[in-house]
Amino acid sequence: MKRKAFIEKTAKTLCELCAVVAIFAVCAITIYMFMKGAPALKEVGVFDLLFKTIWKPTASEPSYGIGFIILASVVGTTTALILGVPIGLLAAVYISEMAGKTTGNIVRTAIELLAAIPSVIYGLIGMMVLNPIMFRFEQIIFEDDSSHQFTGGANMLSAIIVLTIMILPTVISVSTSSLKAVSDTLRAASLALGATKEQTIFKAVIPAAKSGILTGVVLGTGRALGEAMAITMVAGGAVNIPLPFNSVRTLTTQIVSEMGYAQGTHRQVLFTVGLVLYIFIMIVNYALLRARKAGIDDVD
Amino acid sequence: MKRRIIAIMAAVSIMAFGLVGCGSESPQSADAAEQGKNVESVELNGTIKLAGSTSMEKLCEAMAESFMERNLGVTVTVEYTGSGAGLESLAAGSVDIGNASRGLKDEEKASGAVENIVAIDGIAVITNKSCSIKDVTSKDLAKIYSGEITDWAELGGKEQPIIVIGREAGSGTRDAFEELLEVKDGCVYAQELDSTGAVLAKVATTPGAIGYVSLDVVDDTVSGLKIDGVEPTEKEILAGKYMLQRPFVMATKGEISGQNELVQAWFNYINSDDGKEVIKQVGLIISQ
Repeated sequence: MKRKAFIEKTAKTLCELCAVVAIFAVCAITIYMFMKGAPALKEVGVFDLLFKTIWKPTASEPSYGIGFIILASVVGTTTALILGVPIGLLAAVYISEMAGKTTGNIVRTAIELLAAIPSVIYGLIGMMVLNPIMFRFEQIIFEDDSSHQFTGGANMLSAIIVLTIMILPTVISVSTSSLKAVSDTLRAASLALGATKEQTIFKAVIPAAKSGILTGVVLGTGRALGEAMAITMVAGGAVNIPLPFNSVRTLTTQIVSEMGYAQGTHRQVLFTVGLVLYIFIMIVNYALLRARKAGIDDVD
Repeated sequence: MKRRIIAIMAAVSIMAFGLVGCGSESPQSADAAEQGKNVESVELNGTIKLAGSTSMEKLCEAMAESFMERNLGVTVTVEYTGSGAGLESLAAGSVDIGNASRGLKDEEKASGAVENIVAIDGIAVITNKSCSIKDVTSKDLAKIYSGEITDWAELGGKEQPIIVIGREAGSGTRDAFEELLEVKDGCVYAQELDSTGAVLAKVATTPGAIGYVSLDVVDDTVSGLKIDGVEPTEKEILAGKYMLQRPFVMATKGEISGQNELVQAWFNYINSDDGKEVIKQVGLIISQ
């Protein structure tokens, strides 16, 4: 009896220790980001840093406004969601409700493969295929507009398209499994009441699976917000107002591109950019928690 | 249970704080390790202090690393404070060598600083192969980068928008280019890329693109522009005709021969074959 209790206790301590490792990492990162990110906020001023739009960190009178950079991240992510979520949701509906078993499996495998492709490959294809196409559009659209600065196709729109494709697999696979989890009795009941198949899907099944779908959307948001590599390669990287054909820089690419040689306040501001990104991601995760909780409440 | 969770969180936070705090102390332990090695070396012992130009970071890091490999007892410390600040530190006597990525001013020379040019930094302006223009004046080049000239037709080429490509803020190449062209912080870039290779690749694949890179990486995927009729070659740079070049100076207070033996060894190393190899490796030109 005593031996059993000992094993029990050891196992518990071991598991507790393992949990501590993970919590430790989160705490260390959080503390580090706040410690490194806060000084620049004080030095430059919260308003000047977050809401001014001129980014000239190495000028003789430096200006550290990251307003356009924050805006580019927000606009890029939001637009990618507006485009990607409907496509992802309808694809999920097709896989779980309409496609036969074989077709469904093939489509699902293809989407899983899409999720496994590294972001640098998305960037590479975006750079070699998407950018030249965008350049052609740019030349046609801005032919007589002398005030437009030509970017050679590396612009916001390219970044949005790449992000949209990148969030699709997340949205589709999470939505598909939550649609599949909806009980068949619900479908049968809806059909028995005389609803068509489409009515059943959109009025009964999707509302029942909404918390799962929401989870997919939030996970997609996280991926779009945190993506750096692919965007560095397609978005041009100059700090501009995020219009479709402007070269832009997001929070992630800002850190990636300038961390190498940055010094002094410039370097500290880059940590603040990281902090802003970190806070955004925390908000997204909070939303995820709420979405999951809503799902659990529904089941109860 | 709740109290337990709070206790664990608190313990973990304290640990995390400890770890983050430790981060800044590592250089000292590295110093200690360096001193441990002193015992083996009999010839040279001590520290050489350098301060100055941020653009010279790559050169100084590479040179210091390979110098310390051969002289285990010597520690080379380099601070990147900017050319002017480096020379001030030299004048104040707080460093042995002041780094400057420009020629010394008269008043700096008057305060006793001696200009020792160790290398020359050259920048080539490149265009996409489809561009028919092969020669620009430095004035026009400045206008292209400040956004006044936006189409190749304005320079007599075929009608095609100019895609202005450059490096990110903080890059030494960008710093040098903007300074030499006198367009510091007035450039309007269409694309800001974070490496020499990326600039080269983008210019090679984008019709109408123009960019700048270190002289040594230019290859035949792009065409190099003549500036004011001068080809971007090592020969023209050494002759002082090509404008996009600047000296890397390691200034000393008084002549090198009057310095302590550590500093003399440092300059001897730079002038040796090994030192020249380092200069070439970081993409610079050896001054004659």
